Amino acid sequence: MSADHGHHHKETFITKYIFSEDHKMISKQYLITGLLMGIIGIAMSLLFRMQIAWPEQSFQIFEVLLGKWAPDGVMDPNVYLALVTIHGTIMVFFVLTAGLSGTFSNLLIPLQIGARDMASGFMNMVSYWLFFLSSVIMVFSLFIEAGPAAAGWTIYPPLSALPQAMPGSGLGMTLWLVSMAIFIASSLLGSLNYVVTVINLRTKGMSMTRLPLTIWAFFITAVIGVVSFPVLLSAALLLIMDRSFGTSFYLSDIFIQGEVLHNQGGSPVLFEHLFWFLGHPEVYIVLLPALGITSEVIATNSRKPIFGYRAMVGSIIAIAFLSTIVWGHHMFVSGMNPFLGSVFTFTTLLIAIPSAVKSFNYITTLWKGNLQFNPGMLFSIGLVSTFITGGLTGIILGDSTLDINVHDTYFVVAHFHLVMGISALYGLFAGVYHWFPKMYGKMMNKNLGYVHFWVTAIGAYGVFFPMHFVGMAGLPRRYYTYTNFPYFDDLADTNVLITVFAIITAAAQLVFLYNFIYSMFYGKKAEQNPWKSNTLEWTTPVEHVHGNWPGELPTVYRWAYDYSKTKENGEYVIEGQDYTPQTAPLQEGEEELTH
Amino acid sequence: MTIFLILLIVALLGVSIWQLSKIFQLSQGNADTSEIANDKDNSTQGKLMLAFTVFLYALMAYCFINYHSYFLPETASEHGKDYDILMKISVVLIMFVQVITQFLLHFFAYKYRGKKGNKALFFADSHTLELIWTGIPIITLAGLIIYGLYTWVDIMNIDEEENAIVVELYAYQFAWRARYAGADNELGKANVRFIEGVNTLGVDESDAYAMDDIITNELHLPVNKKVIFKLRSQDVLHSAYMPFFRAQMNVVPGMITEFSYTPIKTTEEMRQTDFMVEKVETINGIRKENSKKLLAKGEEALEPYEFDYYLLCNKICGASHYNMQMKIVVESEEDYNNWLAEQKTFRQVVSK
Repeated sequence: MSADHGHHHKETFITKYIFSEDHKMISKQYLITGLLMGIIGIAMSLLFRMQIAWPEQSFQIFEVLLGKWAPDGVMDPNVYLALVTIHGTIMVFFVLTAGLSGTFSNLLIPLQIGARDMASGFMNMVSYWLFFLSSVIMVFSLFIEAGPAAAGWTIYPPLSALPQAMPGSGLGMTLWLVSMAIFIASSLLGSLNYVVTVINLRTKGMSMTRLPLTIWAFFITAVIGVVSFPVLLSAALLLIMDRSFGTSFYLSDIFIQGEVLHNQGGSPVLFEHLFWFLGHPEVYIVLLPALGITSEVIATNSRKPIFGYRAMVGSIIAIAFLSTIVWGHHMFVSGMNPFLGSVFTFTTLLIAIPSAVKSFNYITTLWKGNLQFNPGMLFSIGLVSTFITGGLTGIILGDSTLDINVHDTYFVVAHFHLVMGISALYGLFAGVYHWFPKMYGKMMNKNLGYVHFWVTAIGAYGVFFPMHFVGMAGLPRRYYTYTNFPYFDDLADTNVLITVFAIITAAAQLVFLYNFIYSMFYGKKAEQNPWKSNTLEWTTPVEHVHGNWPGELPTVYRWAYDYSKTKENGEYVIEGQDYTPQTAPLQEGEEELTH
Repeated sequence: MTIFLILLIVALLGVSIWQLSKIFQLSQGNADTSEIANDKDNSTQGKLMLAFTVFLYALMAYCFINYHSYFLPETASEHGKDYDILMKISVVLIMFVQVITQFLLHFFAYKYRGKKGNKALFFADSHTLELIWTGIPIITLAGLIIYGLYTWVDIMNIDEEENAIVVELYAYQFAWRARYAGADNELGKANVRFIEGVNTLGVDESDAYAMDDIITNELHLPVNKKVIFKLRSQDVLHSAYMPFFRAQMNVVPGMITEFSYTPIKTTEEMRQTDFMVEKVETINGIRKENSKKLLAKGEEALEPYEFDYYLLCNKICGASHYNMQMKIVVESEEDYNNWLAEQKTFRQVVSK
């Protein structure tokens, strides 16, 4: 370690582990918080899955966990709705936005572009602590008298605006809105930091066309976040106004609990537009980082360059652009003008094109590779698989005509869980397995990783593939029980099957948690570059140092994907190793790929 | 049956985990403890990838064969025919792509599983290939989009023909009402501000068109006649979902939304279809089984099921959202007129 970093020795416990401005520590904070929220979110899903599978039965566990909301083990319908609402909120925002993007953008942006830290370490720290605060408020809202928000994670008014409409729309909804407002502030601070860092702090030689695809994905994700999250914030603010200050942005002509409300002239459809203007890009805020991680992990473990780098970057940008003009496909039957439906069908189905390009490029990257099945690689291949399966049913849902009859049924639930839920979770796992050595200087146990992957892979398909068929039968989502419709009686077996798979899948995550915690303390010590990767983060020492590189910042001479590149004589560029780090200067007689 | 299935799955999973762990133990036999995949891991995992393709295909086949009866029966509305054709084309297309891409993905994973000394091919770009897989989706999607949009415009373009029946669907926490326009085929004005006493739908009593309106708890429709639905909500968002008619539209407080279709099968005709006869038989079999259990517990048995069309709420609307439904009866025009004549007009309701 060079002497000029001596002043960092003065770090106390608090500045090192709690109010840290070091991006590597902040990334770990995001990950741990995200995982904790994930445990809550997944546990909730098991509770409501049990309710759907065995609607007539009472479970002691309900009473144990839900207390007065499940007297004698029979779940209250309001609590059922609260569970699906908070499950959605937590998984989408707290786990897959903050937990995924927050963790890996923070860890990898400075490390992979060759920067000492984020552009603003302080802002980065504030971003994490706002996220932490919003998590605490969200969790706290579970314990209040009338229960947490329960109007669905999309919180459509008037249901979410009127405490008379359901108990969850009282204090629970207020806390939800406050928590989300803080979350958005956190997300904006983070995103701005990522954008500025990528644009300004790239090391010498790291041109935009030499950026690893992970960074491209995080960068574009941050841009979408900056563009769309403020719209959700304004939607939330207007809702707060309607709830607390008597305005009528979303409310009009309402008679509830024997009383006419004064509100006149507002429209819930306005809220739907504002919500989905974030809500749809949000899908890609969740998914793009996962795809970026996958690109990196697949290329490294295939020992091949990612196929079609330029097309991959182009697809990311195309998806990002299109994602901001497709929100209306959530609203085909909302009562908006059918002509708009036509436009949104067109733009929505266009997204299939860059998505198809990405999928085929991944498959081609595997072709004639020398695949190293590390756990991260398995999850990346799993991601491509679920991304294809889930993406394809988007062709049905994105078509306004077909959407009419499957809208808001379990078909939708199956679709988005595969394409963004499971895929993004796989991306998160791939990232954790791949970069765990970088984060903790230890290796995770690979065999536990294999068990984790295969049980999850079988379980996830077991949950969500049959679910499409339940949706095709016309079973609406967010139904506490479907026993009031004898027509659905024959779905019972399948619903049980789905729940059993869900329990098995959730149990497999315990294997991951065990592996994660055990390896953190007792894992085998990692080498500097365990996966023989080209990117810059593996040129830093295993033990974290403030400023990332003890000496000079590295200089970059090539793109990140020179795996198995040979010279004219058929030898690898660097003899004896099938990878050429970005820091290796061009060799004699070697040509750089032009991008 | 269910319990057997679960046990089977749990047993199979148990066996596979046990097998997996055994394989892992064996693979750990050599001194390699680096936690980085070695040749043995690559070989095992590659083969498992191939096995996973088999699992995936088996799962898809199982679902399509066993859950075939989950797909809704033949449509009961005119536009539903186009809907069903488009759906069939889309499902076939999707499954075609799904089967091929999943095979390629997992097969490549198996085929190119790593081995020390193997050399990967440095293959970074190919314009021809990329052009192919940009071009094919564009052409396919263009076809789907054009077909889809034609159908969409067809369904959503509601021209108010003279002989169409106008019905208001009125939604509130947690039930539905239907309001027929009556002899003048013109709905009276309404607003929630007029709700008072027996006037539960807030119909404007001073509007001359309102007096012959008929408010009912069931939705009756004559077969082969176009219906225009005007949807109105009293409190929060609801959604009128009529799956057998391939129809759905949200009900939004503060505005009137619309949907329209022509029913082409009476309730009786639908009950007679092979699909429905078989479906109802299955369901009654299940209900009988459940009844036995209920009786054993000293509770009442379930009533046998007879098919009826229904409308359900499909937008989360509160605690009893799951039971917000209305029966739909499609019948001959004669039966419909007779039924309608028996119902009270709004004038009769308010003058009482």
